[in-house]
Amino acid sequence: MNTMTLDAGHAAPAQPESLEKETVDSQTKVRETVGQPFCDDAKLRMRGVNVFYGEAQAIHEVSLDIGRNEVVAMIGPSGCGKSTFLRCLNRMNDTIDSCRVEGEVTLDDEPIYGPKVDVVPLRARVGMVFQKPNPFPKSIYDNVAYGPKIHGIASRRAELDDIVENSLRRAGLWNEVKERLDKPGTGLSGGQQQRLCIARAIAVSPEVILMDEPCSALDPIATARIEELIDELRENYTIAIVTHSMQQAARVSQRTAYFHLGHLVEVNDTETVFTNPQHELTEAYITGRFG
Amino acid sequence: MQTPTLFALLLLLVLVAYGTGFTRAVTAARGSGGLRNLASLPSYYGLYTALWCGLPALLLLAAWLVFDDGIIRAMVMNSLADKPAALSDQNLLWAQIQNVAAGNLFGEPEPQVAAAAAHLTELRSTTGMVQAGLTLVIAAGLGAFSLLRFSPQLRAREKVESVLRWVLVACACAAIFTTVGILLSVLFESLRFFHAVPITEFLFGLHWSPQMALRADQVGSSGAFGAVPLFTGTMMVSAIAMFVAVPVGLMSAIYLAEYASKRVRNFAKPVLEILAGVPTVVYGFFAALTVAPFVRDAAAAIGLQASSESALAAGLVMGVMIIPFVSSLSDDVINAVPQSLRDGALGLGSTHSETVRKVVIPAALPGIVGGVLLAVSRAIGETMIVVMAAGLAANLTANPLDSVTTVTVQIVTLLVGDQEFDSPKTLAAFALGLMLFLTTLVLNFIALHVVKKYREQYD
Amino acid sequence: MTDLTQQQVRERIERRLASRHLKEKIFRGLGIASIAFGVLAVAILFADIIAKGSGAFVQSDIQLEITYDPAVLGIEQVDQESLTWANFTGVIREALRERFPDVSGRAEKRELYSLVSTGAPFALRDRLAADPELLGQTEKVWLTADDDVDTFVKSLSDSRNGFRGRTSDRMAGWIDQLLVAGELKKRFNSNFFTNGDSREPEQAGIRAALVGSLFTLLVTLMLSFPIGVAAAIYLEEYAPRNRWTDLIEVNINNLAAVPSIVFGLLGLAIFINFFEMPRSAPLVGGLVLTLMTLPTIIISSRASLKAVPPSIREAAMGMGASRMQVVFHHVLPLAMPGMLTGAIIGMAQALGETAPLLMIGMVAFIVDVPHGITDPATVLPVQIFLWADSPERAFVERTSAAIMVLLSVLIAMNASAVWLRKKLERRW
Repeated sequence: MNTMTLDAGHAAPAQPESLEKETVDSQTKVRETVGQPFCDDAKLRMRGVNVFYGEAQAIHEVSLDIGRNEVVAMIGPSGCGKSTFLRCLNRMNDTIDSCRVEGEVTLDDEPIYGPKVDVVPLRARVGMVFQKPNPFPKSIYDNVAYGPKIHGIASRRAELDDIVENSLRRAGLWNEVKERLDKPGTGLSGGQQQRLCIARAIAVSPEVILMDEPCSALDPIATARIEELIDELRENYTIAIVTHSMQQAARVSQRTAYFHLGHLVEVNDTETVFTNPQHELTEAYITGRFG
Repeated sequence: MQTPTLFALLLLLVLVAYGTGFTRAVTAARGSGGLRNLASLPSYYGLYTALWCGLPALLLLAAWLVFDDGIIRAMVMNSLADKPAALSDQNLLWAQIQNVAAGNLFGEPEPQVAAAAAHLTELRSTTGMVQAGLTLVIAAGLGAFSLLRFSPQLRAREKVESVLRWVLVACACAAIFTTVGILLSVLFESLRFFHAVPITEFLFGLHWSPQMALRADQVGSSGAFGAVPLFTGTMMVSAIAMFVAVPVGLMSAIYLAEYASKRVRNFAKPVLEILAGVPTVVYGFFAALTVAPFVRDAAAAIGLQASSESALAAGLVMGVMIIPFVSSLSDDVINAVPQSLRDGALGLGSTHSETVRKVVIPAALPGIVGGVLLAVSRAIGETMIVVMAAGLAANLTANPLDSVTTVTVQIVTLLVGDQEFDSPKTLAAFALGLMLFLTTLVLNFIALHVVKKYREQYD
Repeated sequence: MTDLTQQQVRERIERRLASRHLKEKIFRGLGIASIAFGVLAVAILFADIIAKGSGAFVQSDIQLEITYDPAVLGIEQVDQESLTWANFTGVIREALRERFPDVSGRAEKRELYSLVSTGAPFALRDRLAADPELLGQTEKVWLTADDDVDTFVKSLSDSRNGFRGRTSDRMAGWIDQLLVAGELKKRFNSNFFTNGDSREPEQAGIRAALVGSLFTLLVTLMLSFPIGVAAAIYLEEYAPRNRWTDLIEVNINNLAAVPSIVFGLLGLAIFINFFEMPRSAPLVGGLVLTLMTLPTIIISSRASLKAVPPSIREAAMGMGASRMQVVFHHVLPLAMPGMLTGAIIGMAQALGETAPLLMIGMVAFIVDVPHGITDPATVLPVQIFLWADSPERAFVERTSAAIMVLLSVLIAMNASAVWLRKKLERRW
């Protein structure tokens, strides 16, 4: 489970006094998201989303659009709720018993929370890549083929082979693994494992890919490779990425959303956020006053 | 002197030794200006003296208690002018002598026996006295000796701790001694058995009827010791048990680990564990009196003939007994599968059961296999259920409604009651025990190894 | 290379959704069914045992007017010697004949006499011994009924056509008369708790077996707990990582899974044949069970030692305590609750164990309550095994009742272990 955010007042004891004061003040300030949270050609649309873990509220009234074929980065201090928010977008939070989501989330204008919505095809449309590479303890081929197999996407073996090859190519892994598709996926290096997980996610032809700090467990070279890949994937997919690295957000995203203690503080063009932040909290974070 | 009295006296001496050592140290400290001048705390001097006093004496006493019977017997038997040649007759004579010595007279004993009995009584009283005297003298002497060695520079703590350390080592080695003891006890008797019955006949013979005639001229004087029907019987009952326990145990574990709400888990887990805590004799009773008649009637209802001691009844109940074993081991390994794998599968749009069947179970498979192997070893070695609910007839059959017998049943039947220790019949039980021990040893070894490797994978 | 469009993929996914969700439901259903099976098994087992056994806690008595007639008894005065051979059976028969005067014929009389337990004369002897004044007097005495009568009476309350067994119509008639006259009553079966084993179900009790179990467990506890804890301390706190230690560990884990009957073989070959220890004695039983429970105790003790955080050891070590002092002053007291819990669970295991004790001769027919750890004895599970083998229907009842007692003790032990763990558990 991701670290959950508590209200500022609850989380206070560990923080220095000045900061605590500031966050309490900021509570009143962040009611409204500054910048441009909405766009015309939205793939995913969130309106007034609240997330609770039992009694504690982790996300407060977040409204945000994620446009078609764009990369939106979500940044913010740890525990600000960005991962929780991301997991709302393909209903991964359903797996946590105490978690409750309110508000409206639509994918291509169809609500994804609703009594009749089936999470199985939803998650096939909204894929996810996790913080730590989590290849299945199976061969590389079977890892990629897993999604198409369970969904029955391939009707013939040859079709499945094509899907696997395509996905691995798109993930930029094909040349490295084509000779050893039957070797276990867990035997790859960390960066390769993460690209394998990306290949696995795109094998079911998703429309949106959610990435939860996909590079946090990787070394700089592997990180650079993944960032390149994200840029390439933008052509075909809509991508929402959570990252703790501001440089990464700046490098890969078109728009950046800044979260603070469960509130969405500011959304703007990535360039604007990093060069001319409009909210004082964003500025404080960007300039490294806390993190 | 009675052994308990002797122990009590020894304990008293040890306490006195502790006290003396302690006071001695305190006095010495006071004389030289405080505890600071002692190498160790006074209590360690007390312990040091107590150990010198108690330990050697205790070891001597233990050795004595273990060996005196054998030595006395040898002495008495050697004193007899004409003793029988055969070992069994010697045993008989010895028992007679003991009875006479204990005053259980049945008629007038032979003079030779009476003399031997008198000799025995005399020897016993002498050794008893020597034993008590020697123990106490050694205890007191060594205690005093250690007091003589006392000096404030004596590093009592180090010495005491090194002795205690050796005691700990000895306790840790108890497991090894046990294994060696098991091996020796079954191996030697088995070798004697294989002397009388060729090992090939035992392993591959198809006929088992261990009833040996008492006299050579009786019908069927040579028993048959082909253990194959026993092995197949054991396998059949175990297979039926696993047929029940593995699916039910595994599915329960999966449901508890993956689906059940906290409330269901808090209720169902302890209830299933009750099954593991019920003594096997209770299962045996349940199998013999409730399940076996039920199986027989049910078979009759569909027009089948079932033995009232069917392998099916024993196997079913044994399966129920093993359910919690399989489920708790599987529960452990399923919980050890990292959540990230589940998230990965769910994130791709797997249903919950697809996640479990295609990702969690394959990932947990080595652990589950290890658990199942342990369960098999348990089923093979289970005794009471089959003793009470399976039969004695060594049928070579594949019909679960027939009565079969198992290795453990035969061990029990061959050894319960008074037995002569050198008949092939009794020795056969040890040969069966050897097979049982080796089989379960191999199964356990593989299982533990597999589970260990599995755990390391996710640590 | 065929490249499926997202639209095609969506369609193919949709097509299989229904069957996948059905499979999900089936899988879940199988899980629920498995749990239900396990829970049901527990319920049936307990219900069956309780239904069979609860009757054993009551026992039928017959009231007779007994005349301690010196002529029938064949004694002049009451003293130790005369009591041993006095004919109390005759007195009872006399009383029975008086109660049913129209009984004649040998077969009929034999049936009449069989109404009362063969143990009843001993009860009369004890009464007379306690009060010699009774000689020559007449008094009304409640005597234990025979087990066949008892079984018959108990089955009457279930349904009108009860279990007859060896009860003939004639006997049933007498029993009815006695019942109507209030001279046959059911009372709490105290014999069951105060007597040793007997061939007669109505006199059989579990006292000897309980005491035997107690002695055996005592020996087991005295040996296995200290040895187990010492072994755990060595392995957890001292042992260097080498092959010898590995060997010990493999051995312990393996022994925990060795069939219990093999320990019985060890006991028979080594303790009884080699060391010539007494057969059927709690001492040997305790030794065998010690070897059997040792792995359990070592493993659980090690777990609780492991749970003590290293910071405590480092803190004590930093004060200059020796390794032994660290262990005995700091680690051991903190680990004790866990060790005790493990010990209780190990003892519960030992208490329910039967097979190895059969090997060392604890299956003997023991009537007397043992007085020490070298007296011949049996234990509760073995007593259950012996009774389960007896053909009399009344023994089925008693076997089940003995099982109820055994299970109650086991549940109490396990509950106390859980309670202890909850109460003393410390979170680091």
